[in-house]
Amino acid sequence: MTVFASGVLAAETHIPIVDPAPADGIFSLMWLVIALPLAGAAILLLGGKATDKWGHLLGTATPVGSFVLSVLMILQLNGRAEDDRSISQHLFTWIQAGRFNVGLDLHYDQLTSLFLLLITGVGSLIHIYSIGYMAHDPRRRRFFAYLNLFVAAMLTLIMAGNYLVIFLGWEGVGLASYLLIGFWQHKPSAAAAAKKAFVMNRVGDIGMSLAIMLMFVTFGTTSFAGVSQGAEGASSGTMNAIGLLLLLGACGKSAQVPLQAWLLDAMEGPTPVSALIHAATMVTAGVYLIVRSNFIFERAEIAQTAVVVVAVVTLLWGAIIGCAKDDIKKALAGSTMSQIGYMMLGAGLGPAGYAFAIFHLLTHGFFKANMFLGAGSVMHAMDDDVDMRHYGALRKMLPVTFGTFAMGYLAIIGFPGFSGFWSKDKIIETAFNQNPIVGLAAILGAGITAFYMTRLMLMTFFTDERWEDGVHPHESPKVMTFPLIVLAALSVLGGVLLLNDWIVNWLAPVVGHAEHENPPIPPLVFSAIVVAVVAVGVGVAWTLIGKREVPRVAPAEVSFVTRAARADLYGDAINEALVINPGREVVAGLTFADRAGVDGLVETSSKAVAGLSNFLRMAQNGYVRSYALSLLGGALVVVVALMAVNFR
Amino acid sequence: MSFPWLTALVLVPLVGAAVIAFLPKTPAAALPKRVALAFSGATLVVAAAMASQYRVGGGWQFEEVHQWINSFGVHYALGVDGLGLVMVLLTALLVPLVVVASWHDADERNTASFFAWVLGLEAASMAVFLATDVFLFYVVFEATLIPAYFLIGGWGGSQRSRAAVKFLLYQLAGGLIMLLSVIGLYVVSANAGHPTYLLSDLAAMDIDPTTQRWLFVGFFIAFAIKAPMFPVHTWLADTTAQATSGTNVLLVCVLDKIGTFGMLRFCLGLLPDASQWATPFVVVLALISIVYGALVAIGQSDVMRLIGLTSLSHFGFIVLGIFVFSTQGGTGAVLYMVNHGISTAAMFLVAGYLVKRTGTAQIGAYTGVEKVTPVLAGIFLVAGLAACGLPGLSPFVSEFLVLVSAFQHAWWVGAVAVTAIVLAAIYVLWLYQRTMTGPTSESVSGLKDLNRRELIAVVPLIAALLVFGFYPKPLLDTINPYVKDTLTQIGVSDPVPAVSFVTHAGADEEGGSQ
Repeated sequence: MTVFASGVLAAETHIPIVDPAPADGIFSLMWLVIALPLAGAAILLLGGKATDKWGHLLGTATPVGSFVLSVLMILQLNGRAEDDRSISQHLFTWIQAGRFNVGLDLHYDQLTSLFLLLITGVGSLIHIYSIGYMAHDPRRRRFFAYLNLFVAAMLTLIMAGNYLVIFLGWEGVGLASYLLIGFWQHKPSAAAAAKKAFVMNRVGDIGMSLAIMLMFVTFGTTSFAGVSQGAEGASSGTMNAIGLLLLLGACGKSAQVPLQAWLLDAMEGPTPVSALIHAATMVTAGVYLIVRSNFIFERAEIAQTAVVVVAVVTLLWGAIIGCAKDDIKKALAGSTMSQIGYMMLGAGLGPAGYAFAIFHLLTHGFFKANMFLGAGSVMHAMDDDVDMRHYGALRKMLPVTFGTFAMGYLAIIGFPGFSGFWSKDKIIETAFNQNPIVGLAAILGAGITAFYMTRLMLMTFFTDERWEDGVHPHESPKVMTFPLIVLAALSVLGGVLLLNDWIVNWLAPVVGHAEHENPPIPPLVFSAIVVAVVAVGVGVAWTLIGKREVPRVAPAEVSFVTRAARADLYGDAINEALVINPGREVVAGLTFADRAGVDGLVETSSKAVAGLSNFLRMAQNGYVRSYALSLLGGALVVVVALMAVNFR
Repeated sequence: MSFPWLTALVLVPLVGAAVIAFLPKTPAAALPKRVALAFSGATLVVAAAMASQYRVGGGWQFEEVHQWINSFGVHYALGVDGLGLVMVLLTALLVPLVVVASWHDADERNTASFFAWVLGLEAASMAVFLATDVFLFYVVFEATLIPAYFLIGGWGGSQRSRAAVKFLLYQLAGGLIMLLSVIGLYVVSANAGHPTYLLSDLAAMDIDPTTQRWLFVGFFIAFAIKAPMFPVHTWLADTTAQATSGTNVLLVCVLDKIGTFGMLRFCLGLLPDASQWATPFVVVLALISIVYGALVAIGQSDVMRLIGLTSLSHFGFIVLGIFVFSTQGGTGAVLYMVNHGISTAAMFLVAGYLVKRTGTAQIGAYTGVEKVTPVLAGIFLVAGLAACGLPGLSPFVSEFLVLVSAFQHAWWVGAVAVTAIVLAAIYVLWLYQRTMTGPTSESVSGLKDLNRRELIAVVPLIAALLVFGFYPKPLLDTINPYVKDTLTQIGVSDPVPAVSFVTHAGADEEGGSQ
């Protein structure tokens, strides 16, 4: 397994150790970042109808409060010495039994600080947007309660100081995701999608749980500090096992192949949910997990290779699905899957890629949230129709939505200067330098991305009007367009994080630092090649869609590739054939056998007793007599035994 | 002599049962219910008062020992340790809630008797958890069957008589097998010098391995039926499908715990060598129970059967934790007994509310219930998520401790057991999906949400799930010393981590001394 240079490098590069200082100053308020949205959720859920009037305002205020705290904290952190930017807060002992001693511990460092800004910042904007988007929903208060619950759980995941607290947040976001995907649960499809997401995530959680168990057995602790300090002494077999198990967990949460199938169905949830949970934050938790666990993956070569393989498969998989979807949200969901593949790829490249994985995670958080909210704005205008074949020429009717969406579009395809250009380019370049085949796959992915995003853009905002009868598109209210504008600005400007390699240097103490190698192709030339491939993707989309008439019904006479992509590359079919159907058979068989087979013996004997019981039924309380009789019989046995012993 | 707290714990509900038995037999009369609530409430007060004086980590306490049948070495001996204390508190908490929740469940016939038997069952259960004499334990162990039999056979579904007989036959069979071991213990102690049934005396005795194994088999079969474990579980689902939800809570959340309680007290406590000898067999049986129970639960079409079978899976976890012989396993198992009691009680009660409203327990009869009864649905979901081990709710803590210990025992044991987290998610969420979501059907559109009485019975359970989910420390502090003592007595110690390393200064271990 020497395909990837990172593994070889690992032995030589310095792998950071987590060694936090106790929280002081403003950092002693760390817990409040989580507590605010948690309190919001509790008040809104327990307060009932009494909070209907102002529930959405409280629900929006709490993440904004957390955002303010997060800003103050990162400013403070920036003022500390570089080797003193790792801070922990022990709240109380959570679970203790023998050596198993896990505290409710929080951890704050450079990596945490960026995530906090993303979650609370984008989270706040999406809360604001939801005020307008959910204005006419009778259960709006509950929606905000669930959103707050999500933010609290997501912050717990990110701020955890040990793997069990990560798991607490991990499952918490899973619950919030379940509740929000199924928010309109009167729709059977929404309820089914919610369950599917939770159950598939639980399959990943098997990996996560086993990883934590293996950590405890190996190191006697599950804290970042303990595991990172002990990792050196563990065998590579153990580290690979932990790494692969964590990867399984990451695949579930981040919708990576083979646990990807739930994400497209998850689009049943209200659009702000898709933007916040299923694009900007929760689904990137798997990437966070791997980057945070760099001290494990740097010593687990096989696991690290597996990360790259999963990433490459997923980034192509999602992109291909994105090409064939007519449902605007599902097209974006395929895109999310693919973009997370890029982040995973970065995370699989070792110290050279960790920072870029996080960089792309942040910029993607901006532009994808931007586009999902934009899609919501379009749906708002089109009476909740999601079929792009019923859109067209909306740029004039929805100027703000179009303008902001366009910024997101340019960012995701990697138009030079826009945020996505900087972040994706870096990942592709690093990948190419380590393994050209992987790099070429990533470049191909960029081309496909350009194709499906251009297709989406054209079908929605350009081409001819193909609206349903009675639809009168209108621009969304200001409360919805304001977040769009902010996110559009971030989509354009997100690249500033890379100025002077700021993000790389900022994260280096956490994720390690890679020695600069001399790339075989100069970066500028490389960027030009990627941009050229992107231009080809755009051009193809322009010829196939922009210059032709878009049919209002998806054509049936299409190639098998298109058919496969429309069917999510048969992800569901594979699951059904391999797992679900056999599982159903087993359950049905066991359920039958339990009553007929296992119970059979007893049933037969009870039939024998039936004759007796018929006789006994003649007298009231017959069974009690028989019971008394057996007790008496028992007592007799006792007496006989005692006599046997005493008179021996 | 100080106040006999433990006798009071048995006597208060027993007197209550007797008082109710002498009340007029008017159907649906409020008086017997109020008396039952008062006496079960008083029991809770006594239990709380006793607990407040309990010294954590102080071993056996509040002991009362009186000679009963001198020549057989039988005593009226009660005592409480960490294990007994949490079981007593669980029982004392659940019974008043059951009384409140079952307020109208016996209105049709013999109202007073129902509540009298409930208190009778509480008294017998208390005695079981407090007995420190094996013979006394055997007597009260069998005595629990009488109220249980009448509760199952007297109220509930149309097939309840049959279910009651099945229950009784199973339990009697187990009881008789155990009786042989009880007699065996007498023989052993008599041979050793003087006959005794006192736990403390028996534990100090050195029983030869072969005898231990025979005695173990007798006890284990009885407790496996009680718990229940695969393959002697089939009475469980039939019973839960027929009995009222209140009876189910008493049966599954309290009475069944006697099985795992007995494994700890008698198998591990008295026959440690034989218990270790049997470990491979019991671990496999526990794993089968975990997976089999969850799979069969998925396949059920009756909500009460489904909840009953989830317990088969959960008891598998408890037994697994007991028989891997480690601190995490032991503590996890005892804590699991408490948490399972709380979460399953909540599930049974809420499901019972629903069944009571429409008269059917068929899952297919419901759809879209959440829309008309959001509070009922919400509580049902929380209880269900607790049952599937969601972190933040108390069952997660115990389940994870058991999983860790199983993994430590052998990685494949942990790997098999952990599949239950997926299966549990399926049986809980599919149940929720089928009943609560989707378009609201005509037949349920008129349902009323939970009333105040119904809420009072379940809200304490939900609160406990949340509080102990984040702060299980009070329970763990009570249970840990008991497990430590037991393991020390057996002579096993926890394995050390594979990698030893020196912690950096300042990098405090989790949950450390900061």
